Amino acid sequence: MTLSSKDAQTLSATQSPAQSKKAKAANSKLDLLSQNVCAEIDQWLAKYPADWSISASMPALRIVQDSNGGYLTTDLMDAIAEYLDVPAISIYEVATFYSMYELKPVGRHKICVCTNISCMLCGSDEIVSHLKSKLGIGFGEMTGDGKFSLKEVECLAACGGAPMMQIGREYYENLTTEKVDEILNKLA
Amino acid sequence: MANEVCFKNHHLDKPWTLQAYQSTGGYDVWKKILNKKTQADEIISELKTSCLRGRGGAGFPTGLKWSFMPRNAPGEKYIVCNSDEGEPGTFKDRDILRYNPHALIEGMAIAGYTMGASVGYNYIRGEFWEPYEHFETAVKEARAAGLLGKNILGSGIDFELYTHLGGGAYICGEETALLESIEGKKGQPRFKPPFPASYGLFGRPTTINNTETLASIPSILQNGGKWFLEIGKPNNGGAKLFSVSGHVNKPGNYEVPLGTPFAELLEMAGGMRDGNKIKAVIPGGSSTPMLPGDVMMDVNMDYDSIAKAGSMLGAGSVIVMDEKTCIVKALARISYFYYEESCGQCTPCREGTGWLSRVVNRIENGAGRPEDIDLLLDVSKKIEGRTICGLGDAAAMPVSGAIKHFRDEFQYHVDHKKCMVSAA
Ligand SMILES: Cc1cc2nc3c(=O)[nH]c(=O)nc-3n(C[C@H](O)[C@H](O)[C@H](O)COP(=O)(O)O)c2cc1C
Ligand code: FES
Repeated sequence: MTLSSKDAQTLSATQSPAQSKKAKAANSKLDLLSQNVCAEIDQWLAKYPADWSISASMPALRIVQDSNGGYLTTDLMDAIAEYLDVPAISIYEVATFYSMYELKPVGRHKICVCTNISCMLCGSDEIVSHLKSKLGIGFGEMTGDGKFSLKEVECLAACGGAPMMQIGREYYENLTTEKVDEILNKLA
Repeated sequence: MANEVCFKNHHLDKPWTLQAYQSTGGYDVWKKILNKKTQADEIISELKTSCLRGRGGAGFPTGLKWSFMPRNAPGEKYIVCNSDEGEPGTFKDRDILRYNPHALIEGMAIAGYTMGASVGYNYIRGEFWEPYEHFETAVKEARAAGLLGKNILGSGIDFELYTHLGGGAYICGEETALLESIEGKKGQPRFKPPFPASYGLFGRPTTINNTETLASIPSILQNGGKWFLEIGKPNNGGAKLFSVSGHVNKPGNYEVPLGTPFAELLEMAGGMRDGNKIKAVIPGGSSTPMLPGDVMMDVNMDYDSIAKAGSMLGAGSVIVMDEKTCIVKALARISYFYYEESCGQCTPCREGTGWLSRVVNRIENGAGRPEDIDLLLDVSKKIEGRTICGLGDAAAMPVSGAIKHFRDEFQYHVDHKKCMVSAA
């Protein structure tokens, strides 16, 4: 399962495609995963029973997405499937089902604004229109310089600090338009 | 009295550390159980006495749930904690993970021992990075102190604890969707039976409990089931975290005895903002039917009282709306949420949530038709009870609830193509 691509290529040279699925490795995409990424995925694999490598699909997608500037490509998903030794379709399914995976490029800072009920009651509309006009983009879009992208998200369980947004791993709560300006100005 | 259970260490400096947790008797129960090899039945009977009911929303008695597990069956069994916390208005589990992670760890270890499971998973929603880090640090501390792992404190008992991070999907809070998600799949709920206690995670017997439920266990066993029961009231044992948000002066989490009058809770949360009048309250998270403010002012915050008033305590997520709130707009946002989060598996939910969202939205935007209000009630009725999991009901209940109490506002929107509130 964790064949290096070099091993895999040697194998494929000696086996016919029908003989073993290892033969697929002739056009292996495993090289797309760095050693660090693989080591990190391995840490998650260790949490699940040995025959459940598929359980690591979600952490693997997150780790790979983070190492690729915040989004996934089909090639990267194929590489994950190969690494976990699961069908590519099961990785695509997961990547398209969950909202935190991005399938097209996003800004260096992905701004996720909650517009759900408690945030709405506390003024998220104003935060959203401020962000849109300040950045000149709408939801699902990225600024021309690739610095910011904007995303509407559902309740992030911080309704006591409404209105709120998440950028990267950080939550920012009790937002006002001035506070939003301050936060964005500090981001490189 | 406030802050007696999950928030009992809230006043301490760095309450999330092992040292702080142990300073108030943390892990004493776990050590005693390991030392005395307490009978599982004894623990379960204490929980039954306590009347602890599941804090994830359904309110199922925890002692009874634990008794369903075949604890002596051979092979692996699992304890799973539900820290997915996705129901709009709910933000309590985040604070347990951040400020009292050891209570959850001790609760999960005790759960594992009681139900014969040596592995536990905590499913934390993917957006919760800071809470995840707090929890992981606490797990490391507990492991280093020999309180988790193999042959814990020489007892011959093993318990390993792992975190699984979600990827952004409300449906994964539903317990069988959550199991699918740990198995690395799309979060689509399973058909039941078989129930998780016989066929759960990786096909093995599994019990799923909410974060707050599990974090309450150590205090209950430390002080006794009777103590917990008497904090609350019969059939509604203990204190509970209420997440109060919306138009109040001091939104936040408040841990108070079940049965506390809503009026008192509102006062703790600083009262109404800007001196406005209270119009409506969603008492248990966005899926529970809203109630008029004046009804709420006479209701006590416990499962039975809120059910009697026509709604549900749910996860204790109290969303307060003042007189300036447009109920149609509030409902439009809630209906959109369930439409967005339906997993698409069952036709009544997949199609019905879209209908609800579109129709409420057109009423809100002045394009409502005379028959729309009844259409909404009809669609709600056709979703309810016809889906594999509770998301369908969760989408339907707020619609019928809002129309029941605020029909005139919907009617006004349809008749005048504008909002009653902003027009006034
Ligand atoms: C659509 C849906 C979403 C849910 N979301 C959550 C959640 O975020 N957290 C939670 O603990 N329970 C949630 N539940 C309830 C769980 O299915 C389950 O009842 C609960 O985790 C059991 O734990 P308890 O008995 O300790 O409450 C949800 C249920 C449904 C139908
Ligand atoms: S509604 Fe915005 S965080 Fe909950």
